[in-house]
Amino acid sequence: MSTQTATAQVAAPVWRRLPLPRDTGSLTVVVGLVLVWVVFQTLNANFLSARNLSNLVLQIAVLGTLAIGMVIVLVLGEIDLSVGAIAGVSAAVMALAVSDHGWNAAAGIALALVVGAAIGLAHGAIITAFGIPSFIVTLAGLLVWQGVQLALVGDGGEIPIRDPFIRGIASTYVPVATGWVIVCAALVAMALVRLAVRRRRTRLGLAVPPLASELVTALVTVVLVVGVVAVLDSYFGIPWVLVFLVTLMTVCTLVMRETRLGRHLYAIGGNAEAARRSGIRVRGATVAVFVIVSAIAAAAGIIEASRQFSASNALGGGTLQLNAIAAAVIGGTSLFGGRGRVYHALLGALVVGSVQNGLDLLGQPAAIKNVATGVILIIAVIVDALGRRRRLARGSTD
Amino acid sequence: MPALTSDLALQDGPVTGRPVLEMRGIAKRYGRVAALTDVDFAVAAGEVVALVGDNGAGKSTLVKAIAGTHRIDAGQILIDGAPVSIGSPSDASALGIETVYQDLALCDNLDVVANLYLGRELRRGATTLLDHETMERRAADVIAELSAHLPVLTSPVSALSGGQRQAIAVSRAALWGSRVVLLDEPTAALGVAQTAMVYRLVRGLRDRGLAVVVISHNMADVFEVADRIVVLRLGRNAGEFDPRTSHPNDVVAAITGSTAAAAGEDLA
Repeated sequence: MSTQTATAQVAAPVWRRLPLPRDTGSLTVVVGLVLVWVVFQTLNANFLSARNLSNLVLQIAVLGTLAIGMVIVLVLGEIDLSVGAIAGVSAAVMALAVSDHGWNAAAGIALALVVGAAIGLAHGAIITAFGIPSFIVTLAGLLVWQGVQLALVGDGGEIPIRDPFIRGIASTYVPVATGWVIVCAALVAMALVRLAVRRRRTRLGLAVPPLASELVTALVTVVLVVGVVAVLDSYFGIPWVLVFLVTLMTVCTLVMRETRLGRHLYAIGGNAEAARRSGIRVRGATVAVFVIVSAIAAAAGIIEASRQFSASNALGGGTLQLNAIAAAVIGGTSLFGGRGRVYHALLGALVVGSVQNGLDLLGQPAAIKNVATGVILIIAVIVDALGRRRRLARGSTD
Repeated sequence: MPALTSDLALQDGPVTGRPVLEMRGIAKRYGRVAALTDVDFAVAAGEVVALVGDNGAGKSTLVKAIAGTHRIDAGQILIDGAPVSIGSPSDASALGIETVYQDLALCDNLDVVANLYLGRELRRGATTLLDHETMERRAADVIAELSAHLPVLTSPVSALSGGQRQAIAVSRAALWGSRVVLLDEPTAALGVAQTAMVYRLVRGLRDRGLAVVVISHNMADVFEVADRIVVLRLGRNAGEFDPRTSHPNDVVAAITGSTAAAAGEDLA
């Protein structure tokens, strides 16, 4: 069998021998991101300044949050075109509750999240009950919820938010000392988990990576994290939204990698029929995903309202929705379902955010920013499609 | 040949024990088409039965009845001598019946371990977290027992060859099937070396004491692995053969419905 594989590789066409990474994503994206940063830093020395990087974090918070939800939907093999509109409606509901009806901040935020989840429940129920593609259901949802948002916001065009807590979500920073405590606790927790897994695998006689490579990974992680925190501290500190974003990413990663639900989402995205035959409840999982992605969209709406100090009728509109899909795909998540990691959302949001931020610094108009984002998206999708073709070809030659 | 019931076969054939799975007088209609009429079928522990027949003979319908994807209209299914009702694939799983589908039903994007535990993932104690390590350990054990020779268990299935994918599907059946394993055309898409590996896997299942049913079109397959051959024709029993004492032409004749001698002339 090994000889067959070898001949198949020799006979492979040129495009299959390109040195593309096996995991269509991470490495290419990181290289791309570094390239983007080098180019913009060369063109404008302020690009990598602490102040601009801190701004970049605030700018990608909403996009990154939406993209995390989008990765989960894409892994399932579905899509959600309504997350921007859901963000808008949820923000409007929260603003109405807090500003017009005197609710406190926590109740207003909870209400927004519940409204988001309820919208997702409706989408998921329609998709599974009638077998309609999510593309259509969420396209209809986009129109419906944008309409509802306009009606809720009313003629004023925006509902101002005076509540100091909600206003502070996107504009306050973790005190430096607290920040270091959080970061150190997180790093220690990560190390303990890695160690526990390693010990467990050794006890069961399973292969473990060489200790040296684990230590190198740990060292690189520590250097990166400490570097980022140090840079942010030299401005105002770690923005609270970054803490939120990383927490959301961690929780979603846990769900996707460490729970049955997550495993089933990958299975459904990979081969829905096989998943169904092995007893996985495909409909239930689909509904769950749309509830989760819509609740995450509501969270993004809350952050955006906090950034604007108001819920406007334009919140969540424009290119945000499409940029969220673009970020997920640019980060390395496949549009074909079954492939993608939660951190891809953050990588993709960093790429999209860096390009837009860099072009802003250079005084370029929105037109150029849109073209640049589009070009990067198409490159990412081509890389995804090439990876898919290579996988299919590999399967069929054997 | 409805007189040749499973009981008779048990006395005549190379059957090693009493039947694990027994089906009596099975009938199934699709609208006005009778897919199965008064079919008897049995398979014992440690026995490989080949189920053969032309297209439309009712092989798939019979297997779907066992696998729980189709309900039968009449007849009795007995597991270890006790009547059971198999209304869904999960009923079949609960009875220790596993099916290796022709398309293998694997998720290409998941690794070998994840595919073996698809839909039945182990959790860490009372938590909702997956127990990756125990799953990987047991997967490695079952694959080693079957000598299925798979490379790294944590590589995605898409990177594996057709024979290796078949091995994963068979290993999954071995991992979960405690009584009966059904294989639907297991060698249809495979080359010579990989077909030999599948034969070895099937014998491995039998040696684990499972009752194995192989559906096949391929006479070479049937005579290579089966302890007993059951022929269906037009939805009815059309004969049983012992591969050690009968000739492929006799089986082909039973499949096509011609007399043995005539079939021998035509197909030789």
